[in-house]
Amino acid sequence: MSPAEIRDEIIDILGDIAPDENLDDLVDDKNFRDQLELDSMDFLDIVMELRKRHRVQIPEEDYGHLASMQSTVNYLEPKMRDIVKA
Amino acid sequence: MYDTIIIGAGMSGLAAGIRLAHFDQRVCILERHYTIGGLNSFYRMGGRDFDVGLHAMTNFARKGTRRGPLAKLIRQLRFNWEDFALAEQIGSSIRFPGVSLDFGNDIELLQSEIAREFPDCVDGFAKLCESLLDYDDLAGDDPNFNQSARAVLEQLIPQPLLREMLLCPLMWYGNAREDDMDFGQFCIMFRACYLEGFGRPFKGVRTILKNLVRKFRGLGGELKLRSGVSRIHVENGHAVGVVLDDGTEIAGRRILSSAGTVETLRLCDDITEVDVAKAGQLSFIESISILDVQPRDIGFDRTIVFYNDSETFHWRRPEQGLCDVRTGVVCSPNNYRYDAADGTLPDGVIRITTLADHDRWCALPEPAYRAEKVAQYESAVQSAVRFMPDFRRHIIDTDVFTPKTIRRFTWHDNGAVYGAPEKRLDGTTHLDNLFLCGTDQGFVGIVGAILSGISMANRHCLVSAD
Ligand SMILES: Cc1cc2nc3c(=O)[nH]c(=O)nc-3n(C[C@H](O)[C@H](O)[C@H](O)COP(=O)(O)OP(=O)(O)OC[C@H]3O[C@@H](n4cnc5c(N)ncnc54)[C@H](O)[C@@H]3O)c2cc1C
Repeated sequence: MSPAEIRDEIIDILGDIAPDENLDDLVDDKNFRDQLELDSMDFLDIVMELRKRHRVQIPEEDYGHLASMQSTVNYLEPKMRDIVKA
Repeated sequence: MYDTIIIGAGMSGLAAGIRLAHFDQRVCILERHYTIGGLNSFYRMGGRDFDVGLHAMTNFARKGTRRGPLAKLIRQLRFNWEDFALAEQIGSSIRFPGVSLDFGNDIELLQSEIAREFPDCVDGFAKLCESLLDYDDLAGDDPNFNQSARAVLEQLIPQPLLREMLLCPLMWYGNAREDDMDFGQFCIMFRACYLEGFGRPFKGVRTILKNLVRKFRGLGGELKLRSGVSRIHVENGHAVGVVLDDGTEIAGRRILSSAGTVETLRLCDDITEVDVAKAGQLSFIESISILDVQPRDIGFDRTIVFYNDSETFHWRRPEQGLCDVRTGVVCSPNNYRYDAADGTLPDGVIRITTLADHDRWCALPEPAYRAEKVAQYESAVQSAVRFMPDFRRHIIDTDVFTPKTIRRFTWHDNGAVYGAPEKRLDGTTHLDNLFLCGTDQGFVGIVGAILSGISMANRHCLVSAD
């Protein structure tokens, strides 16, 4: 997957776990927490959905990388590079 | 071999099951009763639908709200707001001799009521609202969690009567401890009842349970009814599976139990004696009256009335006799703002909950038990009509259930409704793969139990499970 495709995938996951959030205006280099009402349960869900959908494993000590869209895509890029978008 | 075996198909077990099944675990819920729901099930009798427990769903929030427990559980379980179809309460009251305070789903009403009746407590009440612990502190590690709620209130609210009045609904809707309340639990219930308020689906608890079970099964989860767990099989400090009442053995990598702390430990092979003194003591009788009119037509428009017949609120197991009717909760499921499309409920219903003693109820021989059900129903109603219009000549049908009934269908020690006073907020036990959820883990009520199931599944069965 390309970084743009990974971004789309994250948007899709966010749409699933937080359907009442408006994701159109999301600023990629600003923290999710400052823009969306996400709590630790929601962050866990991003991790779990990635594991469920793409078998991507994210160890607990790396959860901090999921702070913003930008940092999430950067972190996932090497892990998801070889995944072919369905 | 299951990834997770869940004991109990109540609110917490079903919610945990949905989380685990959603993330592709092989999960099985084992329930001893022939139906789901546990402390908040439903039944049919004389051609009418009854709920066991649902007076009100606490933590009301309007569609699209992004914060708070209801929004959280809808997100976590991937429900839509419409699934619960919650109608808002019309309004509730706290009634003590000579004083009545109304409250609704907006704290301003209660504030203005306090300003009218207790003008010197307005500032203290505002401070109290500010000092509530935030939901994020409620993982139980906040050092203030176990403080005495009464002690905190004494600092802020100068009028003892107002302190008692504020505590009454909160203890009734979620306090397992006699006399006092943990400040953390007080904060949870304060938000749940006064800041967020009450709602109810038109069809009652069925709507909630049917959604939970449909979702669980749709995700491939297995639910086995009439499948009581009689033993948890332990090898070398590790649970390896369960044995059912009929002898069937089922293996699992981990077990999540909503049966209660003492009740779960008792199942474990490696434990010979449990400390029963730690089990909860507070149980109720519920006296249900079916009326030939809508309660509104006889001048009763309250959703819930919490009453107490003296200036001191007694929250303990009855010291003598089967019941203590000095305090109680009156609920009319008719008094919600249902959608016009739903219309009104077919019957007028008044439900009254009063404190009851489990052991004395269970010691009664069968004929006396039946007679006492009638007598105690009458005394509950007689006590309640001091605080509401007398509805007795409109009664066309009744049902009563007691601590014995609660115990018989949920297997909780003492028929305790809110479980043990000491909660296991981290959900752990002496075994590294046996965890607790539901009432005895920490959160009570429908919303509380669902959140408990979710958070224990997340913490013990998803994060660390590979
Ligand atoms: C009269 C009454 C009124 C109430 N009113 C309200 C209200 O208005 N609003 C509100 O929010 N809450 C209310 N509640 C509280 C609410 O119902 C409970 O807090 C909640 O349902 C608890 O859910 P749980 O999953 O923790 O436990 P439970 O519902 O007790 O679930 C545990 C399940 O485990 C099963 N089980 C136990 N042992 C075994 C075993 N060995 N093997 C297999 N299965 C087993 C039981 O049968 C049960 O189904 C009320 C409760 C009562 C009794």
